[in-house]
Amino acid sequence: MIQLVPRSTASTFWQIATPVMAVLATMIAGGILFAIMGHDPVAAIRTIFWDPLFGPAASYSRPQLLVKAAPLILIASGLAIGFRAGIWNIGAEGQYIIGGITGAAVALAAYPFEGMWIFPAMVIAGAAGGWAWGMIPALLRNWFGASEILVSLMLVYVAQRVAAWMAFGPMKNPEGYGFPGSRNLQQYPAASNPELIEGTGAHWGVVAAAVAVLVTWVLVSRHIRGFHIRAAGSAPRAARFAGVSPATLVAFSLGLSGALAGMAGLFEVSGPAGQITDNLGTGYGFTAIIVAFLGRLHPVGILLAGLLLALTYIGGELAQLTMQLPAATVQVFQGMLLFFLLGFDVLTRFRIQRRGK
Amino acid sequence: MIDPLSIFLLLLSASTPILFAALGELVAERAGILNLGVEGMMIAGALAGFAAAYATGNPFLGFLVAALAGAAISLLYTVLTQLFLANQVASGLALTLFGLGLAAMFGKPFEGVKAPPMPIGPLGINWIVWLGLAMVPAIWWFMNRTRRGLILRAVGENHDAAHALGYDVRATRAAAIAFGGAMAGVGGAFISIATVLQWTEGMTAGAGWIALAIVVFSNWTAFGVLAGAWLFGGVTVLQLRLQAAGVNVPVQLLSMAPYLATIIVLVMISARQKYSRKAGGAAPGSLGNNFHALR
Amino acid sequence: MILNNAAVFRAEGIGKSYPGVRANDDVSFQVDAGQIHALLGENGAGKSTLVKMIYGLVRPDQGRMTLTGDLHQPADPKAARAAGVAMVFQHFSLFDALTVAENIALGMENPPPRRELAARITKVSHDFGLPLNPARRIVTLSAGERQRVEIIRCLLQNPRLLIMDEPTSVLTPQEAELLFATLRKLAAQGTAILYISHKLDEIRTHCDCATILRHGRVVDSCDPRAHSARELAAMMVGGEMREVDRSGRHAGNVLLSIRNLSQPAPNAEGTALKSVSLDLCAGQILGIGGVAGNGQEELLAALTGEIRSAAGSITLEGNDLSSLGPEPRRKAGLLTAPEDRLGHAAVPDFSLTENTLLTAGARKGLVNRGMIDHRAARTYAEAVIAGFDVRTPGPHTAARALSGGNLQKFVIGREVMQNPRVLVVNQPTWGVDAGAAAFVRQSLLDLARQGAGVIVISQDLDELLELSDQFCALNEGHLSEPLPTQGLTLDQIGLMLGGAHGMQEAAL
Repeated sequence: MIQLVPRSTASTFWQIATPVMAVLATMIAGGILFAIMGHDPVAAIRTIFWDPLFGPAASYSRPQLLVKAAPLILIASGLAIGFRAGIWNIGAEGQYIIGGITGAAVALAAYPFEGMWIFPAMVIAGAAGGWAWGMIPALLRNWFGASEILVSLMLVYVAQRVAAWMAFGPMKNPEGYGFPGSRNLQQYPAASNPELIEGTGAHWGVVAAAVAVLVTWVLVSRHIRGFHIRAAGSAPRAARFAGVSPATLVAFSLGLSGALAGMAGLFEVSGPAGQITDNLGTGYGFTAIIVAFLGRLHPVGILLAGLLLALTYIGGELAQLTMQLPAATVQVFQGMLLFFLLGFDVLTRFRIQRRGK
Repeated sequence: MIDPLSIFLLLLSASTPILFAALGELVAERAGILNLGVEGMMIAGALAGFAAAYATGNPFLGFLVAALAGAAISLLYTVLTQLFLANQVASGLALTLFGLGLAAMFGKPFEGVKAPPMPIGPLGINWIVWLGLAMVPAIWWFMNRTRRGLILRAVGENHDAAHALGYDVRATRAAAIAFGGAMAGVGGAFISIATVLQWTEGMTAGAGWIALAIVVFSNWTAFGVLAGAWLFGGVTVLQLRLQAAGVNVPVQLLSMAPYLATIIVLVMISARQKYSRKAGGAAPGSLGNNFHALR
Repeated sequence: MILNNAAVFRAEGIGKSYPGVRANDDVSFQVDAGQIHALLGENGAGKSTLVKMIYGLVRPDQGRMTLTGDLHQPADPKAARAAGVAMVFQHFSLFDALTVAENIALGMENPPPRRELAARITKVSHDFGLPLNPARRIVTLSAGERQRVEIIRCLLQNPRLLIMDEPTSVLTPQEAELLFATLRKLAAQGTAILYISHKLDEIRTHCDCATILRHGRVVDSCDPRAHSARELAAMMVGGEMREVDRSGRHAGNVLLSIRNLSQPAPNAEGTALKSVSLDLCAGQILGIGGVAGNGQEELLAALTGEIRSAAGSITLEGNDLSSLGPEPRRKAGLLTAPEDRLGHAAVPDFSLTENTLLTAGARKGLVNRGMIDHRAARTYAEAVIAGFDVRTPGPHTAARALSGGNLQKFVIGREVMQNPRVLVVNQPTWGVDAGAAAFVRQSLLDLARQGAGVIVISQDLDELLELSDQFCALNEGHLSEPLPTQGLTLDQIGLMLGGAHGMQEAAL
């Protein structure tokens, strides 16, 4: 019989090793899945994990890496703060959508003015929109004790319908020949979020993601507030004893992660997506949850995990084109990744021992 | 013209998926398990059930397969939380994300085909609706009048004490999770086989999450779940009626109603549980916590 | 009815190891029919591991046990119960949301139908003078009533061996007397009773035989009535007895005053504080006694600042602290150490270095303008470890890896070394070995000698009598008038603690 013995301190080695093991296990399990579906497993795995970076079409797909990774990292950095404190914002998708809408609203209101202030104002509006959407579950939890998990998630569905309403109603492009969707911000220089350095894919969202990683790193490892957040997640009563107000913490982490998700939404709407449509949410908000866990809630880990999951997005699209794999392959991969990670995680917290007889 | 009886029949039908899923989650939560994977288990049941019904032409076989599929996918959650002691919130989320992906991946061949017709049961009401209604008193009776139900509640209330008295916490919870999975599977299949009559990606549209909210609303009782499911069904039917009547409100805003109603109800119930000491304390004591014993 | 002195239970050479710990080593003893047999030992002496083996929760590595002559090796508690073993637990044994009858049914193998069970509970509980209403939910019961549920649960199974694990720790002296009367009745019917405790006086008055454990081994078996408490204590701790030094303290000005502090119960299980008032002088130790759950946690929370109170209710050297949170209170000089070391006073998964940041950030300059000075925190952790003799590999060790005594020394040390004006501690030596307990007590006395005020909240009356200059008691949220500790009798204290509340027999 095998027995789990709790470790006195979480193992640093396994903390780094388990995400790597999870990725490898996902590749193996994914390969088996592809074989069952009648595809060449090695080719499929290579298409998803290797070709986007080094394959024949790499010059096209490589810049996409930063484009996809930026929102994931930006959102996950914020989510990780809350997750550390045991505050489960799983509605980042909704905050992302609302941030995109409020940010775009500034641009659409300013159209066709030109001005240096427009884009910064959009960023602020996007962050504010995401922040406000995140504060709804925060306040409902603080005032009434409503579960932030369920409220933030319900608000995703509400946000999706707000986006649809906007695309078909108030924000519909008056010059769009009746098609749903707002004006394309890429064609409105003052409000667009272009590639900053040609060939890298880097837009302002990438800059913001880098800043978010740095700031959350300082917060978590050097600042007393980060210490309090970790304490609250690990031992809530001890945190209260140290002087942490649970309500403030809830508002802080849901507000922060909402603002970052909202910013991510704005960068997407003003950049790669270009406009408000009824399918504004593409799942970044949910994938970012996986990024946060795979990165072990640590800013550097999140940076790496964000790049990896961005890779699976691109690789998945590639596999869809070249191998006719279903589009949902990526989703399955991401789900498996989280499963394996949570499973292997037992090794960081417990020692496996054979029970002596 | 609005005929109250036909409205009630619509309400019954609209509430059935949530009723099944929420009753299953109720049993799991009473055993101390917070499984956020309801949505994933529902969609797995919706696809597996639909595929089986389509392949065999027998909708009832479809529901059976859906129950098995829901229970099977819930095993992943059981392995993670009961064997590897992984965090329940994260594991449930993983189950939902994985289930949605898996269903989308394997569902492609079934897009655009129609489900076999459902035979109509007594009083013109679907047999599965009857089954859902029968499950309410059955679960109440199981939890409050049987030995196993008592043990299940004991495990959920205080797993250390249950262990100290010699009850197998892990086995009890594994069974409760599997039951929750089976019920969620049937609930999901009701959407694909009996309501929409076809398979579309992501067709559960948050029903699993609403089921989770309804368990809170129910104050962890079977009849409370029924009330919550009917309330939700009522809002859905009302919303559809308003859409059909061509009210001057955008469709997108009307279709928010079930989600907003869920939030409002959740807030009201949580506030009551928070501020009224009589109403409070119904949540199982060990809900969401994993159990680990050294021997 | 068996009334001869045949051995009901016998342990022969029992041994059990956990990784790094030898919990039991070659333990042999026997319990006779009709006997109340004490198992005496310090925390960590191996008492609870031993009884868990008898009850089937843990399997021994070596040795054998017999019950009425038959080999006793229960695979689980069900098997143990079937064999005739019943146990009253100290913790973790009741289900708060369930009713009395449901709780009792869970402890039985084949409970009768609901109505019949309810009738039997009512009857048996009346027969033994421990009345219980089977339909009530556990949350609504007092600590004494909860224990009755456990006892009735055992009695309904007609056990041959009844194990009681520290049953009086939650009872007032009067309630404890009542419990012993019940145990006597049971013993007279031939039940063997294994009574676990570290309270010497009650063992001396009530037990027929005592087996003393130290470091997992049996050091002696004796008739406790033939020995003094001192002798028993010496056997229990192995001659490591230490007297505390109470000298050199002088009462100074009033430092802390609490005026009409009232507070609603924070949750369904909590206790409301009802107009609590007290004054604490420099150089003084005020002892607050009381049975658990009478407002101790709430009073501590009101003092730490975890719960804010009405303006003017808490003042330190003239400054009103009532509306301040924990941080500013610490800056002002009011420090606290809660009862629950793991999870309240310290974060179990954090290192000792990180745990200093919990309370010492401001007073020790470990945090500047929000930024943590990790080096300073480490230095302070090292200073506490050295100053308070904390046995640990170093400041990087996680709090939960420390033994109870060492962590308690760390927690108390972390506060004492910040030179507080007033220090409030709750249960400072609960679950701590004698050496560490003596160390902690001495450090509190030393702190008072240096002119600080100290409040000790404890359920250990011996400790309060040993340390404090003034004594008062918390009873259902009321704080009694403080009395000078010298000259107080145990009876007086019992009355201050609320007598035997809820107990019919003790109605005065």
